[in-house]
Amino acid sequence: MSVISFLEWLAATSWSIALHESRYMYLIVLTAHVLTLSVFVGTALIVDLRLLGVTMRHVAASEVMTRLLPWTSGGFIMMVVSGSLMFYANPLDRYDNLFFRAKMGLLVLAGINVWIFFRTAHRNIPDWDLDTVPPGMARLVGGTAILLWAAIIAAGRMIPYQQYWFN
Amino acid sequence: MSLLEIFYWLEYTPLLIEMRASPWLFPVIATIHLFGLVIIGGSVLVVNLRLLGLGLSQQPAARLARNTEPLLVVGIVIMLVTGFLLFLCFATKYYYLAPFWVKITSLVTVLIFTFTVHRRVTRDEERTTATGRIVALTSLSLWISVALGGRLIGFP
Repeated sequence: MSVISFLEWLAATSWSIALHESRYMYLIVLTAHVLTLSVFVGTALIVDLRLLGVTMRHVAASEVMTRLLPWTSGGFIMMVVSGSLMFYANPLDRYDNLFFRAKMGLLVLAGINVWIFFRTAHRNIPDWDLDTVPPGMARLVGGTAILLWAAIIAAGRMIPYQQYWFN
Repeated sequence: MSLLEIFYWLEYTPLLIEMRASPWLFPVIATIHLFGLVIIGGSVLVVNLRLLGLGLSQQPAARLARNTEPLLVVGIVIMLVTGFLLFLCFATKYYYLAPFWVKITSLVTVLIFTFTVHRRVTRDEERTTATGRIVALTSLSLWISVALGGRLIGFP
């Protein structure tokens, strides 16, 4: 089964059509997606800025992470659920959309960036936990994360404007 | 000059007519507006979660507020500048939209609340208190109402 035929099948399911045609449901999902952004990226931003040594400099990096990352994760789950529902409402349009593809690619990079952090700088966190400015690797990951989130937000916001950019 | 006439004048200034001719300028400004949402979201959440006894609950609220205040101010400035530009693009349409006025009212209220009551309570908060919780819930509700109003403005 090719990707396209799978997406065609998905688009033809009654729930996908219902969501696509709904007067309010789709807009409610979209609103949840946008508002949860402030929880998900908002808390991630504080953690990343701590890794850069910009904010919360006198709070242990591990404390910032253990106390805020559960909120980041909760926000992320909400983002994935609402985002998947929006994809489910328009699978073929989304698949064709270059901004959507860019966003998915950037999300993978953001995931790899977090994975790198836990494989490197986080392993010896006791050594730099109380440093006001964390070591280079932690700063690199924090800075990269902020740039990736900004690009992901921009790509997501542009999804409905594809035809204006590429005509 | 009535408010509607002022909005009309703003929307049809040559600069704004020029701006609307560009199909991508509006979403680009809207994107920067979202960056502001995230910055405000992070700084507001850290302090309010602490007032609710959540998040960085071992830290004094005053320290968290001091740490995040520059961020909050940056977020507010980004929001006001980009928000004003977005408003200018469709000022007369917004004049007739209830969510727009809900947003503006909540915004003014939350800004005053943040730099008066909220700041005072945060400064004195040693442990989690009922006052702190009420202030945090008030602040969060007002900010949510600002964001929700903003999202509803854009709906068909």
